[in-house]
Amino acid sequence: MIAELGHAALWLAAALAALQMAAGFLAVRAGEGSEIARLVRPSAVVQAALASIAFAMLLWLFAITDLSVKLVAANSHSLKPLVFKLSGAWGNHEGSMLLWVTVMSLSGGLIALAERRLPERTMQATLAAQGLVSLGFYAFLILSSNPFERLPVPAPEGLGLNPLLQDLGLAFHPPTLYMGYVGLSVAFSFAVGALLTRQVTPDFASAMRPWVLGAWVFLTLGIVAGSYWAYYELGWGGYWFWDPVENASLMPWLAATALLHSTSVLASRDALRVWTIMLGVVAFSMSMVGTFLVRSGILTSVHAFAVDPERGSFILVLLGLFIGGALLLFALRANTINEGQRFTATSREGALVFNNVMLSAILAIVLLGTLYPLLTEAFDMRVSVGPPYFNPVSAIFVVPMLLVMAVGPLLRWRQDRLERIRPELALFAALVLVSLIFFGFVTGVAILPLLGLALGIGLGVASFLPLRGRNLKRVPLATWGMIVAHFGIAVALIGMASESAFSKERLAAVEAGQSTQVGPWTVTLSEVMPVAGPNWTAIEGRLTASYDGAEPVMLNPQARRFWAPPQETTESALSTRWNGQLYAVIGDRTLDGRWQLRLWWKPLVTLIWYGGLLVALGGALALVGRVIADIRRRRIARRIVERRAEMEAMA
Amino acid sequence: MSWRVWLPLFLFAGFLGLAAYQLTQPKDDFVESGMIGEALPYFDLPPATEGASGAATTDFKDGTPRLLNIWASWCLPCIAEAPQLERLKEAGVPIVGIAIRDRPEDVARFLAQHGNPYTRIARDDLSEVQLAIGSSGVPETFVIDGRGIIRYQHLGDIRERDVPTLLAELEKAR
Repeated sequence: MIAELGHAALWLAAALAALQMAAGFLAVRAGEGSEIARLVRPSAVVQAALASIAFAMLLWLFAITDLSVKLVAANSHSLKPLVFKLSGAWGNHEGSMLLWVTVMSLSGGLIALAERRLPERTMQATLAAQGLVSLGFYAFLILSSNPFERLPVPAPEGLGLNPLLQDLGLAFHPPTLYMGYVGLSVAFSFAVGALLTRQVTPDFASAMRPWVLGAWVFLTLGIVAGSYWAYYELGWGGYWFWDPVENASLMPWLAATALLHSTSVLASRDALRVWTIMLGVVAFSMSMVGTFLVRSGILTSVHAFAVDPERGSFILVLLGLFIGGALLLFALRANTINEGQRFTATSREGALVFNNVMLSAILAIVLLGTLYPLLTEAFDMRVSVGPPYFNPVSAIFVVPMLLVMAVGPLLRWRQDRLERIRPELALFAALVLVSLIFFGFVTGVAILPLLGLALGIGLGVASFLPLRGRNLKRVPLATWGMIVAHFGIAVALIGMASESAFSKERLAAVEAGQSTQVGPWTVTLSEVMPVAGPNWTAIEGRLTASYDGAEPVMLNPQARRFWAPPQETTESALSTRWNGQLYAVIGDRTLDGRWQLRLWWKPLVTLIWYGGLLVALGGALALVGRVIADIRRRRIARRIVERRAEMEAMA
Repeated sequence: MSWRVWLPLFLFAGFLGLAAYQLTQPKDDFVESGMIGEALPYFDLPPATEGASGAATTDFKDGTPRLLNIWASWCLPCIAEAPQLERLKEAGVPIVGIAIRDRPEDVARFLAQHGNPYTRIARDDLSEVQLAIGSSGVPETFVIDGRGIIRYQHLGDIRERDVPTLLAELEKAR
């Protein structure tokens, strides 16, 4: 019964999405004041409610482990802890797509309820575009990935969840990325709406900006969480592998970063109209391309998703429809949209445009590297593109971007002179040069990490310079957001450079009681014990590790074996100090009875994720600042209207 | 400006075409061993269960071609291929089994339930031999000629239609 309720709610929601789309487009054609326009906003709101009901029903089915439902039987198990039963609801293809449309319809409902800044016709067009995108995903769910399908005979027991995914961090990593993707789909709808009515105005940018900011914060968090998960769970000691699935999350982030900045230019200076629209389309297309690459299985990746060519074809058709349609519309309309205000190269806009181009270039590089194997495979050549391509080639654009990033926020809008900010420039240049000389000659670091360290230190200080000479209490929240986010980039950069420059690795085979050295650490294997968990058994190494002869800490890395389904995982053990992390993995037993230990000392590695979190925090501050400012502005506008009405009544 | 606004659409169309072409291509999901044509790597493994005999590289050098079956009692497709292994045994093929990451009592139970087609069954607790011969999963079956050279690899469970192929490969390895 629960499954049928959910299924029915899904169909009804799809019908409302169709209504929202049709009514919206008809209203745009009919022009101002048409009757049908009144259907659009309510249908978006009701659709949100219905999709939420469908998702709630799915959660319920997983909570009670209803094994007559195919999805539950395939992905859950009656013995699993409740939190993983619930996260199992979206830890699979069907459930995650349902989560996606639910969040998407909730955002649609929210715009329909709250967004009143834009001309009504542009709003109708935006909601119509949103209805079209939602309808595509509903069709995908209902026709090819129905989460509520029943089994002819209920299964005796569930098939369990992938043991690698039984991890709290990972339970919330995919939904976080989805929120980001959905936010970008909203930005896409705004861009299409503005293109349809040719009203690419600062108001349009202000309306779109919170969605871009929100999407960007969630994408940042998703990438940080995924990177840390890969770091400690896979046991390979790396935090980024340039794997297609990782790139699939990085590309929308790069596009969203560019979009975020060009939206700011459009909102405050009414420039970069066409470019902002283009980025709005590109950002969403990157999240769809990413989803397509991951789910269709046409690229080989360490991430195993339920790969299905039929679903791949479905996503490809949606991709062609949405993005192809939007790009066609763009090609037809772009020439009729004015470029907007002009500005000089040495201005805030100039710096933002430069970095927009750099970000787009990095995006193109990552996209090319990710698609290249696909291209060569068409000519029967199998290649794999990895760090030797991505790292140096993207650095060509990252380095100038970081330089401009340090200087840009110091410049004024429209027109400025570099002489005005000479002291700040000198400080930044001095910091970079001193770090280059120190790390280059004194410690002898390779070129890329060297640049990373020097620019990270320079940018870390430079990101606070826009505060110079200002009353700190009166700096707007959005400016604090920018400062924190830029500082976060510097922090993460220092972490990456330090990890790459100063890491020490040791692979040793030791007997119980023996010690080995890695960097400043002395690690002793006390014993190896078998241990058991709820659905796994493991061998656990008991290590004592002492930093520079100090009080030893205990580390217990495990090699786990799960039995439903049978799979092995390594549980790394970490010891975190203020200046870095010791990372330990236990491996197999050698034939002569010794145990393989893999140890890394990674100085300052945690800065990578702390930096990422700072970036997300900066985005969140800016988002809160913008929303509060908007609410305040509305209150003032309402008060002016009231006052005017009063005045008229008095007269 | 006029022609440049069409550029994104053309690039996107190119991507769509490439992706659509790749989707229609048959996907090869199997990881083939790079060891075909090479000699068996050295190993000497203990028996997987009481009463069985272990296996070593030297067992494969007596001039008789053999099947080397990589399996495990915890693997479901291995149950599916058991009748086909039985038929191969009846056809007079010596089959050496290597049980991957298994327990002796589980191996004994599996053989009692599904039959024992093996002349030797060795245990590989760390997947060392499995990895060394380039097998990426269970079950996989290799044809080894009488000089200990790996001749042919069969990925996945042996279905009925695979039996003649394996017999032909064994004949070729003679």
